[in-house]
Amino acid sequence: MTGMPLLSLAIWVPIIGGLLVLATGSDRNAPMARSLALVTAVIGFFVTIPLYTGFDNTTSAMQFVELARWIPAFNVHYYLGVDGLSMLFVILNSFITVIVVVAGWEVIKTKVAQYMAAFLIMSGLLNGIFSALDGLLFYVFFEASLIPLYLIIGVWGGANRVYAAFKFFLYTLAGSLLMLVALIYLFMQSGSFNILDWHELPIGMSAQTLLFWAFLIAFAVKVPMWPVHTWLPDAHVEAPTGGSVVLAAIALKLGAYGFLRFTLPIVPDASQAMAPMMIVLSLIAVVYIGFVALVQADMKKLVAYSSIAHMGFVTLGFFIFNPLGVEGALVQMISHGFVSGAMFLCIGVLYDRMHSRQIADYGGVVNTMPKFAAFFMLFAMANAGLPGTSGFVGEFMVALGAVQYNFWVAFAAATTLILGAAYTLWMYKRVVFGAIGNEEVAKLEDINGREFAFLAILAICTLIMGIYPLPITEVMHASVNDLLQHVATSKL
Amino acid sequence: MNFVVPDFAPAATELFVAGMSLVILLLTVFMRESARHLGYVMTQLTLIVATLITIFTMDGQVRVTLSDMYVDDLMGDVLKVLICFSVITALIYGRGYAADRGFDKPEYHLLALFSTLGMMVMVTANHFLSLYIGLEMLSLSLYALVALDRDSARSTEAAMKYFILGALASGLLLYGMSMVYGATGNLSLSGVAQAIYNQAAVYDGVSSKTVLMFGLVFIVAGLAFKLGVVPFHMWVPDVYHGAPTSVTLMIGTAPKLAAFAMAMRLLVGGLFDLAEHWQTMLMLMAVGSLVLGNIAAIAQTNLKRMLAYSGISHMGFLLLGLLSGVVDGDHFNALNAYTSSMFYAIAYVVMSLASFGMIVLLSRAGFEAENIDDLKGLNKRSSWFAAMMMIIMFSMAGIPFFIGFFAKLSVLQSLVAADMVWLAVLAVMMSLIGAFYYLRVVKVMYFDEPVDTAPIHAAADIRVLLSANCLAIAFLGLLPQQLIDLCQLALVASFQG
Repeated sequence: MTGMPLLSLAIWVPIIGGLLVLATGSDRNAPMARSLALVTAVIGFFVTIPLYTGFDNTTSAMQFVELARWIPAFNVHYYLGVDGLSMLFVILNSFITVIVVVAGWEVIKTKVAQYMAAFLIMSGLLNGIFSALDGLLFYVFFEASLIPLYLIIGVWGGANRVYAAFKFFLYTLAGSLLMLVALIYLFMQSGSFNILDWHELPIGMSAQTLLFWAFLIAFAVKVPMWPVHTWLPDAHVEAPTGGSVVLAAIALKLGAYGFLRFTLPIVPDASQAMAPMMIVLSLIAVVYIGFVALVQADMKKLVAYSSIAHMGFVTLGFFIFNPLGVEGALVQMISHGFVSGAMFLCIGVLYDRMHSRQIADYGGVVNTMPKFAAFFMLFAMANAGLPGTSGFVGEFMVALGAVQYNFWVAFAAATTLILGAAYTLWMYKRVVFGAIGNEEVAKLEDINGREFAFLAILAICTLIMGIYPLPITEVMHASVNDLLQHVATSKL
Repeated sequence: MNFVVPDFAPAATELFVAGMSLVILLLTVFMRESARHLGYVMTQLTLIVATLITIFTMDGQVRVTLSDMYVDDLMGDVLKVLICFSVITALIYGRGYAADRGFDKPEYHLLALFSTLGMMVMVTANHFLSLYIGLEMLSLSLYALVALDRDSARSTEAAMKYFILGALASGLLLYGMSMVYGATGNLSLSGVAQAIYNQAAVYDGVSSKTVLMFGLVFIVAGLAFKLGVVPFHMWVPDVYHGAPTSVTLMIGTAPKLAAFAMAMRLLVGGLFDLAEHWQTMLMLMAVGSLVLGNIAAIAQTNLKRMLAYSGISHMGFLLLGLLSGVVDGDHFNALNAYTSSMFYAIAYVVMSLASFGMIVLLSRAGFEAENIDDLKGLNKRSSWFAAMMMIIMFSMAGIPFFIGFFAKLSVLQSLVAADMVWLAVLAVMMSLIGAFYYLRVVKVMYFDEPVDTAPIHAAADIRVLLSANCLAIAFLGLLPQQLIDLCQLALVASFQG
């Protein structure tokens, strides 16, 4: 298998499959579009598995490298490769794509082919982002991935979808355009777009500071960090379930991944200098956004705010510069991919039946949907960071790392365990427990086999990661240590 | 008297097109009404043969002939081929549209042919006189084309406006040329360049420098009008809007290539040693175009006007490429910068052809699909053409993987190389504003319900060609290298002459 261009397959199988799905045309062929999409997604997932089984844990070097000239005029290469920081995200993304295709199976009734194609194409583009080692290639995938998500929110979204789609697109574009200038600047300095070359490129402090800001704006919008987070609740609320899942599980990770691939190793001195600011911003996200989540009346909005709070934990883990923090943040990212995806799927299950996301419209769901309530319980607990679930591992590691850095930072961060439990479980209580809220709840039917399947798979992932996280963390060690080495080495 | 027969061979393409247009002119007089389509066929054949002649005589040599009036170089050849392609495409797109509205007369095709000849003369001019003749030939044909739908008050008004402002601009240009002639004693561009270079060494007084600068200002103003950049942009939205769409298709595409060539010939070829002066002027105009073009486009509800304003901003980007060539007398970035500008011009023409082609496609007898709202729900009516239009819009917005992104990238890259990072930042911020109105078109097509549910009637040729045009936007975005190489090669070969 080593001879296969696995990363190219991970990128292009979904894209080409997506174009084929598109070719099935109108909704008369919807069953064919669905099956074709599922087959593509499953193949796309299977080609990423050898990335894990064939991965060498002992090295921080890039693996599964593919290198070809693309645009010699700008010295741009089609340069792919993964290390311990990125490999898991390629697999996670391909996995989530399967879930999303299954989740949209019966729910999406109009323009089925376009819906499935949009998700498949986006999946390929996202894999491209995580495996690109050429700055421009990264940027191209980064920008191009906006198009499918824009369409997904705008075409299949809720009432206020146009506003949300525009806000999502323009916010992210605003950030990334400045990054483009930064990338071109780095190209002029180094003569290539190779990210690994940039890791070694000496840069003066003032240039580093400007680059840091350019990257920060791009990635902070994507993470999203307070105060540029306001697009996320809108996008989540209006997006269809599948869109929310991909957005939460994968798209939010892009910003955080950008910090690891670009900001920390390319401008280490500026990163060190700006770390206090980043930590403060992260803590604001954790604490303040936690309180904001508490008062939400809309379930999707609540989970969206909880995502921002969780991502605050991730950025906190990065900028305390110790192995525990960075690894914890990475684990948190993966775990959040499963848990937030599952939370949105659960809300989607309710929404498909009741067409409401308002907490007040529910109550006593457990009486009519016991199986669903059990799954929802597990994911709510994981979202709150209960030990034994994946949510706990990352938060605990970051908190430990933060204690090494500064006790009070850790103290503030740890409030998330209280706040997270408060907003998640309170929502869970109001929706699921109590007397049956109204007649519609009384008529609810429990989850069907298809819904059971994808929730069960996610539940298993959440539990395994919570109980035995070693397979996840062991692939990261070498790369994380190498990254921290880079951060500790001054480039001045 | 000593009469030397000049070498006509390098100018074979122009001579062929000129001869053929006269032949067609004569033939159509005697043609019966029923044989009307013959004019179209002969025009297309002429253009195709002209393309072939250019391609087969193309080499890297630079030949100056016809008493210094004419230069045959690779840049000119490449641009001539592209101009022919562009006009051929525009005529195919516009054919059904013109037929529905009853102005597919032989004049229509002939004027297109004459305008093509004008553009060819412009791109190969090595002399103020030939440049001016080419320009006027192009402009006068276009004025007439705009007014071709003579029962339409809007077209007539647009033609009038275009003519008056265009004549004024030509006057400015001519006045500038006369001053440069006064200061240098030369009309040939290479002669002017030589004279300015010599004068820079032994400067003969302030007066001729003042005259030269005056001339430069007028020339740049005339040029700016033809490119349609701020503050000489007023005509662009009105003419694009007022002209029949099949004519807008011709105004908004190939002439931009000719205008780029004119800028290269005049500013880089003739007035290169004044670069620091014209670069400042271009910078002001570029910034103005980017800001005004993008902001004004947001307010438009008419698609043609929106594309006109977006065209202004695209021309601003093109100028950014031109002005980033020489910094502090250092030429190292010049080739890179002019390549980026040429690449941008070509990319713009490809996108612009497709965008106006789409309007033509969606229009039908008695109905102009020129409002943004007319695209509502296009995805439901034809998901294929909605996808094609989406490609055009995202490409114009500069979103990868489309050619528009790489065009912007190459300009930004040359700006950063010239230490003009602030201009690059301004340009990307304006692209962000631009993204809004392109996104709105996509929104209308995909998120809204159709108002007009009529199926799309169009001939097979326009359907196929338009699809190919849009796919080319995507394909060139995946593999832009060849086009960049072509631009660079053309400019290198031309500079060496």
